Amino acid sequence: MKRAVFKNRGLPYLLVLPQLAVTLVFFFWPAFESLRLSFFRTSPFGDKTFFVGLENFEKLLASPEYYQSIVNTFVFAFGVTALGVGLGLFVAALATQKVRGLAAYRTAVLWPYGIAPPIAGIIFLFIFHPSYGVLPYWLGFVTAYEFNWLLKGWVAMTLVIIATAWTHVGYNIAFFLAGLLAIPTSVLEAASVDGAGAIRRFKSIIFPLLSPITFYLVVVNLIFSFFGSFGVIHAVTQGGPGNATEIMVFKVYKDGFIGLNLGSSAAQSVLLMLVVIALTAIQFRFVEKKVTYS
Amino acid sequence: MSPDGTLAASARVEALPRVAEAPRGRPLDWGAVAVHALLLACVAVIAFPLYYAFVISTQTIEEVIARPPVLRPSDHMFQNYVEAWTRAHMARLLWNSAVVAVVSAVGKIAISMLSAFAIVYFDFRGKAAAFWMIFVTLMLPVEVRIMSTYEVIGNLGWLNSYAGLTVPLMASATATFLFRQFYLTVPNELVEAAQLDGVGPLRFLWSFLLPLSWANIAALFVVLFIFGWNQYLWPLMITNTEAMRVVVIGLQDLIPRTGTHIPEWNVMMAAAMMALLPPVAVILFMQRWFVKGLIESEK
Repeated sequence: MKRAVFKNRGLPYLLVLPQLAVTLVFFFWPAFESLRLSFFRTSPFGDKTFFVGLENFEKLLASPEYYQSIVNTFVFAFGVTALGVGLGLFVAALATQKVRGLAAYRTAVLWPYGIAPPIAGIIFLFIFHPSYGVLPYWLGFVTAYEFNWLLKGWVAMTLVIIATAWTHVGYNIAFFLAGLLAIPTSVLEAASVDGAGAIRRFKSIIFPLLSPITFYLVVVNLIFSFFGSFGVIHAVTQGGPGNATEIMVFKVYKDGFIGLNLGSSAAQSVLLMLVVIALTAIQFRFVEKKVTYS
Repeated sequence: MSPDGTLAASARVEALPRVAEAPRGRPLDWGAVAVHALLLACVAVIAFPLYYAFVISTQTIEEVIARPPVLRPSDHMFQNYVEAWTRAHMARLLWNSAVVAVVSAVGKIAISMLSAFAIVYFDFRGKAAAFWMIFVTLMLPVEVRIMSTYEVIGNLGWLNSYAGLTVPLMASATATFLFRQFYLTVPNELVEAAQLDGVGPLRFLWSFLLPLSWANIAALFVVLFIFGWNQYLWPLMITNTEAMRVVVIGLQDLIPRTGTHIPEWNVMMAAAMMALLPPVAVILFMQRWFVKGLIESEK
């Protein structure tokens, strides 16, 4: 800890004031309001509110649509995470071979991170386009199955998962490569001297050393796909076809902003808050561990 | 530590002849070739969607809808980009996105530097509470407080304004933590010497800490610029006029929905290329800072 400290009574408060003002007005107050509203129901004209206790939560937990949105969220989040982290790990495994030009490869895969998921979604919308897209055309040679995301829920879900994972794969690779660079070359050389093959070497030495990063990336990708995924759904599928891609975050917006069911929307916000608190807690427990390891 | 060190050293000595021998013994290292081939395949798969989008943005409608699909660029690029530029009011959209990205990034960095400075260099009542409050913002992403944050902005009269688009994005726990970590690594001797010379806290921040922080600021700026440019839910809610739309949202109007529109995917893709170019260019040209920012802001 710092020993030399400035002495001033008012200044530190002035310095933290901007940050705390934004935090209070735009984070704490709305969160508190959401919590309060979740116990109320608004009249159809929005002029009166009635205290209804836990009714909003009870209704939600009894509604099949809400369960559908929970299932969709998990399918989406785990799909994005498995695809993004999996591909990241694959590239990391190749990179342990210490071939030349790794930095150039990193550049070549990093840039999709700059593309907003909704724009990525639009690009994949065309790639998946039932009449003009290149993917249904190629798949047409293999199977007669119609890959029409407008009609088939799972195709729409695959579309948004791939588009989202695409924007995030470079992020995962950058973290894995940073982790690989931190592994001393001597460890790898010692392993190859002992006669360990490339696959053995990856399984028994590299992967255990990368597992904290893998775990961290899994958590970050889950958080990102739980909460950062509104745009791609809104831009591409609007939750459809049916409710096949209606994820929790999109439902909060739809029920509140379009359906004007403020109480239910607020109750959903509160439930989402519990999810993000749990995920953040997991993430920070891991950070503590990482500090003690190093 | 020392057993590790000796083991590694001896291993390296044994490994050396092998490394030196390799090029002479085997002219071509097939393992490395295979690895390069697989890496190139990954790069191709990752690059294909953008290449395809670019190709479409250069074609005429006939080429866009042709079967089999045409996978090479054509000569209609200029017309498509001009069409997309005028139809989507691209100049205004890009300007709005740039304002949101730059102002929110600079604002975040400024208020995070100030609060981290207060937390590291001062003892004051309520310091723990302030730190805790900043930390909790991590658990309150806009997605979980959509409706009520919208109401706050409405009450402030900030709908359809740059203030509404930028100020609520400026609280940042990660940026504050990053600067706090960095300040903690600045040697105490520096602040002691400055105090002996009668340098006050604000002067110390401005003339000593700020010049030392440029690498962190640059790294953070790149990451936050991209974050701000790609905002979606927030601008979607609080703007409803064409003049205040940001580019990521303005693109929606150009999507040719199946059945009802002429399939002008070439114009759509031209607009998409213009919307994604600034953040992608920032990553490519400031890659060193970007990677540093990504890795360090997550610690």
